Order: sequence, then structure tokens, then C-alpha cells
Amino acid sequence: MNIEYPISVTVNGTRYDRDVEPRLLLSDFLRHDLGLTGTHVGCEHGVCGACTVLFNGQPVRSCLMFAVQADGQEVTTVEALGTPDDLHPIQEAFLEAHGAQCGYCTPGFFMTLVPFLEENPDPTEEEIREAIAGNLCRCTGYQHIVDAVKLAAAKLGS
Amino acid sequence: MKPAAFEYLAPTTTEEALARLAEHGWAAKVLAGGQSLVPMMNFRLAQPSVLVDINRIADLAYIEPARDGGVRIGAMTRQAQVERDPTVASRLPMIHEAMPKIAYPAVRSRGTIGGTIAHADPSAELVGASVALRARFRIGSRDRGERWVPAEEFFVGLFTTALEPDELLLEVHVPPMPAHSGWAFLEVARRHHDFALVGVAAVAALDSKGRSDGTRLVFFSVGEGPVEAHAAAAVLQGQVPTPEVIREAAETAGDADVDPQSDINASAAYRRHLVKVLGQRALAQAFLRAQGG
Ligand SMILES: Cc1cc2nc3c(=O)[nH]c(=O)nc-3n(C[C@H](O)[C@H](O)[C@H](O)COP(=O)(O)OP(=O)(O)OC[C@H]3O[C@@H](n4cnc5c(N)ncnc54)[C@H](O)[C@@H]3O)c2cc1C
Ligand code: FES
Ligand code: FES
Repeated sequence: MNIEYPISVTVNGTRYDRDVEPRLLLSDFLRHDLGLTGTHVGCEHGVCGACTVLFNGQPVRSCLMFAVQADGQEVTTVEALGTPDDLHPIQEAFLEAHGAQCGYCTPGFFMTLVPFLEENPDPTEEEIREAIAGNLCRCTGYQHIVDAVKLAAAKLGS
Repeated sequence: MKPAAFEYLAPTTTEEALARLAEHGWAAKVLAGGQSLVPMMNFRLAQPSVLVDINRIADLAYIEPARDGGVRIGAMTRQAQVERDPTVASRLPMIHEAMPKIAYPAVRSRGTIGGTIAHADPSAELVGASVALRARFRIGSRDRGERWVPAEEFFVGLFTTALEPDELLLEVHVPPMPAHSGWAFLEVARRHHDFALVGVAAVAALDSKGRSDGTRLVFFSVGEGPVEAHAAAAVLQGQVPTPEVIREAAETAGDADVDPQSDINASAAYRRHLVKVLGQRALAQAFLRAQGG
């Protein structure tokens, strides 16, 4: 039953052709097959949000999809945001407002926030807390993350 | 790898999906948004040997105004789409209000309306709302064609529905709200967007003299499925909904209609208390709306 299926997935603008077993999770495909380890894996049952990526522009849990389902589709991971020399405004804001400590949850927050701030460029604190309710952070206590999102909104707006 | 191995089938039409389900029977599982099924597969609580992925069936994703004034929603419509749809917002305000209470944006962008109904989690918002709104479900199979099942008969137990292994849920039809009616949808959860400890969906209806007539109160997360509070409805029937009558109905719901269990999240006594408090609030709000307030 371990037949492999050929898939062709566009990740961060690059097309990858691979053969995968259908039970391979998208999160493991990104990390193990493509070496894109920026996507983190915490709970593998949809609760922590660390594995959030964009699937055809929408935020999804990559631990709750199979790689075969991404055949012919587009995936965007945290690697697409910025580089150490040229950070994305959201990354800059997290750095300046201390929105990250150990960093484990951080890529998931970024990939949740990119579509959120596109849709809602000037969110209230209440809306920010709603938006990040599905991302767990064991370090920061969230306050600095909320501050970072406010700063990111200001940076993106200006 | 986390899930056990399975054979993967990705039909592009409903007919093909029904044929695959008919061939494989109990061995097969339908994969919709995967937001409930994949966690169970990752834990190997579910080990289907065949997975029929219905995400490529474009015909099953639609939201259309129904001729009766209600709304028809294809089973593969994403929860995020239902949440943002203007027809749903205007015709089915209860569903519109319930949607953002389901999990998080990244779960709703994959999770489907058909999946939440077919999964029949007793804590699921739409399981409770669909009974209160008297939704009907269109179900198909290769060998027996199509049938309609009302929500009140569809949920038969814990994670158990009227669906046979060779059947697919195709459409959710929600009729319009009755005349002179109002609604309320309330829940208490430990964190925003968590599964509710207790939730309630109320549709209050009034006759021409302002007396309650056919009011429906459905609780979720208090039993093995949605729990319709028939004893509470009997207290209300034919009465002008004064605060005293509403309080009596809600107390009756807590004492006679529900039999909640204790679990890691809440004790049975606390759930019963919530049934009374939320029941009272929901009825007050729904009757106020019915009275045009
Ligand atoms: C972290 C997290 C939090 C959540 N919180 C909530 C919450 O607060 N409230 C809530 O209601 N839900 C919640 N959910 C569940 C979520 O709403 C799911 O999307 C939903 O229960 C299942 O829908 P799905 O499309 O993902 O179905 P799947 O997971 O693909 O399928 C679920 C089950 O239904 C069957 N099925 C699916 N579609 C059909 C069909 N058309 N015909 C026949 N059978 C079918 C499948 O075979 C499977 O057995 C949560 C999920 C996660 C991961
Ligand atoms: S690893 Fe996917 S949500 Fe936790
Ligand atoms: S920074 Fe450590 S988990 Fe969030």
C-alpha cells in the first residue's frame, strides 16, 4: 500500500516535483523533503498553530493536510517573508517589540498575521487577540506579541 | 510517519466518489477539510485503509438562496466561506453569528460545513444550530439514490449520524426563520474559539397574540448529541414570555431536559448551572428579537 504519488507543488514561487506516500503530512513534506524547516511542528493535531502556512493564500494548519492534496497548488511558508538582512515589517516589529523569545511559535504567528493584516490593516487590540487565538506561545505571555502586531500594522500602513 | 498507510483516492465528481464509497464500504473514510479526521489519523485513533478525498469535487462547494427563503449550502463549502457570505448573513443570522465561534481562521479555511455536520461532535456549534433551525440534509449513495434527513433525526449519538458508510452528505438546506420569530446563539468556552462547555441555540416564535408558539431551545456540549429541551418548550407553549415564564423554562431545561456528564473541562453540576443561565439569557434575547426589539 506504500505506493508513491507524483506531485508538483509550488512553494514560495518555486516548483517542486516529488513522489510522496499519501500519508505524508504537508508539514513533514515541507520540513523533511524540501528542507524548509522554518515551518515548525508542535502538536500535530491542529491546536498550537506553529505549523501554519498559506495554502493558495489562505492560512491553514500544514499538520492537518496531506502533501498529495497540495498537488498543483501553491504553498507559502515563513521562508518567503524576509531575510536576516531584509526583514519583513512583521518580523521587524516582532524583533523591536520583543514578540519572540524562544521562537518556536513565531513562524506560525507570522503566517497567521500576514493574511490577517492584509484583510484588516488597522486592527483593534480585541481583533488582534481574536486573530492570534489559535496560536499558542509558552514564553511571551502574549502581551509583547500584541504590541508587535500593533507595531507591524503601523509599519505596514506607513 | 504519523498516520497509518492508506490507499488514496481523489475523485473529481460526486458520482465517482459515491462509486468508490460503494466499492470500499466500511474500509473507506471520506476526507473533507480534514480538521477532525486528520488529527485522529495522526494519533492513529482512525486508521482507514482507503481515503476518499472529496476536495476536488468543485460541484459540492456553493451557497445559494433557496426558493423557500432559506439557504442551500453544498457540503464542501468551507466554513470560512459560510462565515463571510452575505446571503447567509442576511437570511441565517444565527449561522452567521455561530461561524466565528468555530475554532480559528486557519481551521475554518479548510474545515467544511459538511464535515462538521457529518462528524457530529456533540460540542459543535452547527450541530446545535442546525437542529434549532430545522435544517435538512441531502444525502446520496450510488445504490439507493438521494434522500433527505431532518437534523432532528440525523444526529443519533456520540459522533454517530444517520449516514451509511456508502453515503455522502451532499447539501445542507436551512429553511427561513418562522414568522414573528427571533433567535439567540450563546456559549461559554474556557478560551475564545475553544469547543463550548455548554452552548445554546434558541428560536423563539410568537403567535398573533404575542404568546410563545413553537419556540425551540437546543443545547450542545451537554450530552452525546444535540439536546432539544422539550420540557422547557412545553413550559413556554401558549404563554406570554414574561421574565418569570422564561426563568421557569430555563430551570426546567436544566432540571429535566439535560443530563450532562463531568469531564476534564467542567463538572456535570457546572454544566447544568450553565444550561439554566444560558437558557434564560438566550430565551430573553430571542423573544426580544421576536417582539421586534
Ligand atoms: C484546533 C481545532 C479546534 C476546533 N474547534 C472547533 C469548535 O470550536 N467547534 C466546532 O464545531 N468544530 C471545531 N473544530 C472542528 C472543525 O470544525 C472541523 O472542521 C469539523 O468538525 C470537520 O470538518 P472537516 O471538513 O474538517 O471534516 P473532516 O475532518 O474531513 O471529516 C470529519 C468526519 O466527517 C466525515 N465527512 C466529512 N465530510 C463528509 C461528507 N460530505 N459526507 C460524509 N461524510 C463526511 C469524514 O469521513 C470524517 O469522519 C476544531 C478543529 C480543530 C483542529
Ligand atoms: S503542529 Fe499543526 S497546529 Fe500544532
Ligand atoms: S516565543 Fe517561545 S513559544 Fe512563543
